[in-house]
Amino acid sequence: MSLTLDEVRRIAHLARIEISDAEAGQVREQLNGIFRLIEQMQAVDTAGVAPMAHARDVTLRLREDEVTESDQHRLFQSIAPQVEEGLYLVPKVIE
Amino acid sequence: MINSSLRQLSALLRARKLSSVELTTEFLRRINALNPRLNAFVSLDEGRSLAQARAADARIAAGEGGPLTGIPVAWKDIFCARGWRTTCGSRMLANFVAPYDAHVVERFDAAGLVNLGKTNMDEFAMGSSNETSHFGPVRNPWNTDSVPGGSSGGSACAVAARLAPAATGTDTGGSIRQPAALTGISGLKPTYGVVSRYGMIAFASSLDQGGPMAKSAEDLALLLNLMAGFDARDSTSLEREPEDYARDLERPLSGLRIGLPREYFGEGLDPGVARAVEAAIVEFRKLGAETLEVSLPNTRLSVPAYYVLAPAEASSNLARFDGVRYGYRAPEYEDLMDMYCKSRAQGFGAEVKRRILVGTYVLSHGYYDAYYLQAQKLRRIIARDFAQAFERCDLILGPTSPSVAFRLGERTADPVQMYLSDIFTIAVNLAGLPGMSIPCGFGEGGLPVGLQVIGDYFSEARMLNAAHQYQIVTDWHMRRPPEAA
Repeated sequence: MSLTLDEVRRIAHLARIEISDAEAGQVREQLNGIFRLIEQMQAVDTAGVAPMAHARDVTLRLREDEVTESDQHRLFQSIAPQVEEGLYLVPKVIE
Repeated sequence: MINSSLRQLSALLRARKLSSVELTTEFLRRINALNPRLNAFVSLDEGRSLAQARAADARIAAGEGGPLTGIPVAWKDIFCARGWRTTCGSRMLANFVAPYDAHVVERFDAAGLVNLGKTNMDEFAMGSSNETSHFGPVRNPWNTDSVPGGSSGGSACAVAARLAPAATGTDTGGSIRQPAALTGISGLKPTYGVVSRYGMIAFASSLDQGGPMAKSAEDLALLLNLMAGFDARDSTSLEREPEDYARDLERPLSGLRIGLPREYFGEGLDPGVARAVEAAIVEFRKLGAETLEVSLPNTRLSVPAYYVLAPAEASSNLARFDGVRYGYRAPEYEDLMDMYCKSRAQGFGAEVKRRILVGTYVLSHGYYDAYYLQAQKLRRIIARDFAQAFERCDLILGPTSPSVAFRLGERTADPVQMYLSDIFTIAVNLAGLPGMSIPCGFGEGGLPVGLQVIGDYFSEARMLNAAHQYQIVTDWHMRRPPEAA
C-alpha cells in the first residue's frame, strides 16, 4: 500500500488538520513507512478469531439517572479561548 | 535524605526528626539547581507545594495522617490537578489550568502527600524518548546527551536524579517501564482498570494505565496502595476489594516459576542488555526461583497491531481539541472550518499529527476491516499467548528495552525506528497485564539496563515481592547518576 498526496490531503481534512503542500510530501513518506510496518499484520491468518476491543472483558456499569454534577460553567468557561454571556464564541456558521 | 526510601522518610516525618516543609524545600532546591540542565519539570508552584507540606506537618503533629503523609511526589503533566497548569507536553494545552483533580490526585491530596511539580513528557504521551514534548527534551541524568526514554521521561529523570522521592507516570505502550529502564529506576504499570483514568488526559483509552515510578519495588508498593481503587467516574475502573500491595514483599521466592520468553532474547537485543538481564536471572535462581523457557510467538506483531489500535483511539480522543472550549486557538482564521484546521495544525506537534492521521485513515470508510478489526484480532492472539505462558509460570522476566538509552536526535528522523524501541513492552498493554521494570545493571556506555517483570492479571503483589527480594540481594536500584552524586 502506498498513499498518494491526494489521500494524505483527504485524511488531513477528515482529521481537521491544515497541511501545506510542502508538508504533505514529507508526511506522505512518513505515513508510508508506518504503513509498511502495519502491513506486517496482513500475513497472519486471523480467521475465526474474535476481535478483542478491550484489555478486559468489561461490562459497562449503569448508574441511577440523577444529577450528580453542579453548575460550574463559569469555572469551565474561564479557560475558554472566547466566551460571551456564558456562550462559547466561534466564527459565524449560518448567515 | 535524597536517597532514603519512602518508609525511611515516613519514619523520620512521624518521629518529627524531619518536617515535610524541610523535605519539600530540599527537593525544590535540588530542582532549581538541576532542572535547567535536565528539563524534567515543566511547572513548579513552590507556594502551593509548601502550603501542602505545612498542612501535612500539622496533620502529623496532630497524630493524624497515613503512611505517606508529607511525602513530596512529582506528577506527570498528564494528570489534571486543580489550579495547576496541565499541558500534556503540548502547545495545545500550554495555557490550560485544570479546573478539577484527577482521581489519583484527589487520593494523594486526601492522604496528605505534597505535589512537588509537574513533569515533562512526550506530547500527549506519544513518544519513547521525550523528544516530542513542546517544552523540549528531557536529558538522561546518566548521560545528558542521551534520552531518558518516554513518554514519562520527566518523571523518570526526576526520580533518577533525586529531584523527587517518587513520581507518577502513565503507560500506554511502555511509557512507565521504558523510561524507568533507561534511567535506572523502578516503575510499575498495573493491570488495566486498577488505577482510575479519570482526570488523566486520554491517549488510547483501552490501553492507558497510570502507575508509580520510584527508586525501589517497596516504594512502588506503598504508592500503588494509594493509587489503586475503584472510581465510578472511569467506566473501565474495576470494582475490586482493596488490597495491600506490600503484603507479600518479604515472601521467599522458593518455588516461584519464572518464564523466559525465547522471543525476548533473540536478534536485535543489545549484548550489554542481554548480559545484565541474564545475570539478573541467575540471581533469581539463587533466590530459589526456577526458570523455564516459554514462547510469546507473536511479540513481533504487537508493534504493528499497536500502531493501528493506539492511533485509532488517539484520533478519536484528540478530536476534542478544536479550539472552542479550551486549549489553543489559532490567532487568525477565515471561518469555523479554518479555525479548527489551523488551531489543530498549530497546536499539535508532528508526532501527534502523524498518529492522528494514521488513526483517521485506519478508521475511515473501506479500511476498517483490514486494519482496525485485524489489529483487534491480533490483540486477542497476543493475549492468548500470555495466557498459555502463565499456565506454566508465575512471572515472566526479560529485558524492558532492547537497548540502553539512545542519543538525543538519534531516532527522531525515522518514526518506525522509534516505535520498535517498545517491542518488549507493547504486548503487555494489548493484553491488559501488569508489567514493571527494575534496574539490573549497566550496559553500553555505562547506561542503566532494565529488567522487565510481567505478571498475570492482578498479580502486582507477587511481582513486587519478586522485585523486592531481588533488590535485597542487589544494589542496582541504589546506584545514582553523576548528576545526583
